[in-house]
Amino acid sequence: MKILKIDLSNYSYEFEEIDDWIGGTGLAVRILRKEMNPSVDPLSEDNVIVFAVGPFTPAYPMASKTVAMFKSPLTGNLGESHAGGRTAFAIANAGYGAIVIKGRSHKPIYVVVENDRVYFRDARVIWGIADSLVIARIIAEREKGRGMRTVMRIGGAGEKLVRYACVTTETYRHFGRLGLGAVFGSKNLLALVVIGRGGFKVKDPKLYREVYREIYDLALKSDAMKKYHLIGTPVNVKPLNLIRALPTRNLRSTTFEVADEVSGEAFAEHNLGRRIACSHCPIACIHLATLRLPYEEEPYFYRTIMISYDYELIYSLGSMLGVGSREGILRLIHKVESLGLDAMSTGVCLAWATEALERGLIDESDTIVKLEFGNVNSYIQAIEYIYEQPNKFYEILAQGVERASEVYGGKEFALSFGGNEMPGYHAGYATHIGYLIGLRHSHLDNAGYSLDQKIDVYPEPEEIVDKLVKEECWRQVLSSLVVCFFARGVYKPEVVSRAFKALGYDVDEDELVKAGERIYREKLKLKVEMGFEKPRIPERILETECMHGKLDRGYIERALEYWWDRYVEG
Amino acid sequence: MPKRLVTVDLEKCVGCGLCTLACSRRFGLAGNDYSGILSVSLSGFERGATVIFCRACEDPPCVQVCPTNALRKRRGGGVIYREEICIGCKNCVQACTIGAIFERSDGKIAVCIHCGYCVDFCPHGVLAMKEVKA
Repeated sequence: MKILKIDLSNYSYEFEEIDDWIGGTGLAVRILRKEMNPSVDPLSEDNVIVFAVGPFTPAYPMASKTVAMFKSPLTGNLGESHAGGRTAFAIANAGYGAIVIKGRSHKPIYVVVENDRVYFRDARVIWGIADSLVIARIIAEREKGRGMRTVMRIGGAGEKLVRYACVTTETYRHFGRLGLGAVFGSKNLLALVVIGRGGFKVKDPKLYREVYREIYDLALKSDAMKKYHLIGTPVNVKPLNLIRALPTRNLRSTTFEVADEVSGEAFAEHNLGRRIACSHCPIACIHLATLRLPYEEEPYFYRTIMISYDYELIYSLGSMLGVGSREGILRLIHKVESLGLDAMSTGVCLAWATEALERGLIDESDTIVKLEFGNVNSYIQAIEYIYEQPNKFYEILAQGVERASEVYGGKEFALSFGGNEMPGYHAGYATHIGYLIGLRHSHLDNAGYSLDQKIDVYPEPEEIVDKLVKEECWRQVLSSLVVCFFARGVYKPEVVSRAFKALGYDVDEDELVKAGERIYREKLKLKVEMGFEKPRIPERILETECMHGKLDRGYIERALEYWWDRYVEG
Repeated sequence: MPKRLVTVDLEKCVGCGLCTLACSRRFGLAGNDYSGILSVSLSGFERGATVIFCRACEDPPCVQVCPTNALRKRRGGGVIYREEICIGCKNCVQACTIGAIFERSDGKIAVCIHCGYCVDFCPHGVLAMKEVKA
C-alpha cells in the first residue's frame, strides 16, 4: 500500500510502500508503532497522525470510514477515531492506503493533497475564525476538486487546544473522539484537503461485479441495515429509556421523563429535513434536521439551519443535561458543531459541572453562568466558554472531565472511562466493562450494551470479558477494512473472503479472525507502551440502577483484573 | 429508439456517489478515474447534493472543439468517445458549459455515453433511462 508522509516542520513530503496489515486500524497501528515515540507529549510536534483507509474503500459499498490514529491529548494514551463523509473515498482515489502527518508548521497552514502532489497553503488570514462551517466554506471555495475531495478541518476549539476538539469532514461527519482537533491545532494545521481521482484495476471483473451486486442487495434489501435506513440511530432513544438505560442528568437517573419528545420518531416527524450519505454508501443514514429560528429582536425574520443529529448527541446534549426539547438539543448541537467540539465529551463535562455546582464543589464565579439541568441558554454560553477559556475553571474543563474532577473533586460522578467521557448507554455490566477494556473506551469497541440487552442471568465475569474481546477482535478486521460498523451485519467473514477474492487476494475466514487477534494485540501493546494504566470505575455507575438493578463493584473489578492478567500482561 | 440518462428527481439525491463508482466499475476499475458522472454537494451538504453528467446535447460544443474527431455526435444526443485517437488536449473539458467532461489520470477524458449502467445502482431513484427521438 502506498503511504504519503507529510512533514509540516519542513514542508516536505515523501512516499513509502508498506505491506498490508489489511488497512485502516491494522495499518495505522503498524505505522504509528514505527513512526512515533510512544512517550511523546500529544500536543508537541512529535505527535504523529495517521489517516488510514482500506482495500475495499473504492471497491465495495460501505467501506467508507477513515481511521485516524494519534496520541490523544485527552487521555494521554492511544487516540483512535473513525469518520465517514468523503474522506475515505478521496484518500483511496488519490492512491493512498494512508496519509501520515508529522511535525509542526511554524505558522498556520492548511494542506492540500491532490493525487501525488502536496501543497502547503498559508492559513494566517483564516486562523482565529471560531466557526468551522465558515472555515470549510472558505477553503471549499478556494480549492478545486468538487465531488472528488474531502475537507477535514478544525474549528475554534481545535485552535484553542480543547482536549476534546474534533476534526470535521463534509460538514456533518467527525473524527469526534479523543481530541484529534487539538492535535491539528497544536501543529498549526487548520485543515487537510484531499482531492482524489484514480482507482485500481480489479483481478476478476466479472466476480467483482457479482460480489458487488450481492453486497449492495444485502445492504438495501435485507434487514441488516434497516435500523439505519429509517429513523437512524436515534431510534434507540425510546427503547433505551424504556429499559432504563438512557443516562439522564449526569446519570443520576436512567429514564428521561420527556424521552418521547426527543425520540428518533419525534425528530423524524417534526424536524427531519433531509438525509445524505457518506461516499459509496447507499444507506444515507445522516439525518439532518431543519431548525427555524426567529431573529431575537425583529419580527418576521428567520434563519433556517440544517443540523445533523444522532443518538449519541441526543443523549449527551439532551438527556444527560436534562434538555428535553428538540429545539434546545438542536441549538446545542449546532453550537458544538460550529466550534468543532466532540459532542459526547462536551455534554458529559457540562453534566459533571452542573452537579459540581449544585454540590458546591465549584461556584458561579467559576462557571460564570448558572448551570442547571435543562437550561439551554446557560449551556450554550458555557460551551462558548469552553472554547474561549476565560478563567481557570474553563481552562481545566477544556481538558476533560477526568482532569476537572482531579482539580475540583467529584470524581465519583465524573463519568469517564480511561479518561474518555462516557457514551450513552447504562445497560449493565457488559456496557461498562466494555468501556473499561475497549481499546478506544468507546461503546463501539465491543458493543457491550448490546450484550447486556440479551442477558438474563450474568455468567462469570471472565466469560463476559472473553466475549467482549472476541467481538472487539472481529471489529479490528472491520475497521481495518474500514467497513462502517453499521454494515457489520452485511460484511460477514464469508462475504469478506469472497470480496477479497474478486480483488485478487486469497484470504480465508480463519485468516481474517487471526488478523483481528493480531491487530488487537498490537494495538494493546501500543497502549501499554504509551503508559496505559488500569482504568478507574466511576462510583456513579454503581449507584444508579439499570435494567439489571444496581451493579456490583466486585463483579466489574474481577472482570478488569482478569482482562488485565490475561490480555494486557498475558 | 435511442435512450439517454436523465434525472427523475434531483432533489432526492443523497450524494452517495454510487453512480460515480458504478461508471468506473464498468471498466473493471475500483475508483472514480473512468467516471463520466460526478456526485457533488451543493456548496456543502446542508443544501443537498446533485449529479453532473452529459446532457446529451443535440449540437454538442465538445464535438465542435475536438481536433481529432475522438468525440463524435451520438444518435439521440451526446457523444461517442474514441479514446484511442484522443490526444488529451482537454478542449472539450473547457467547452462543456456544465463541466460534464472529466479528466482521467492518464490524461484522457471520461464522459457519459448514456449506457445506463449507473441507473441500477442509484438507490434512491434519482437516475433513469429515457427514450429519445433520434
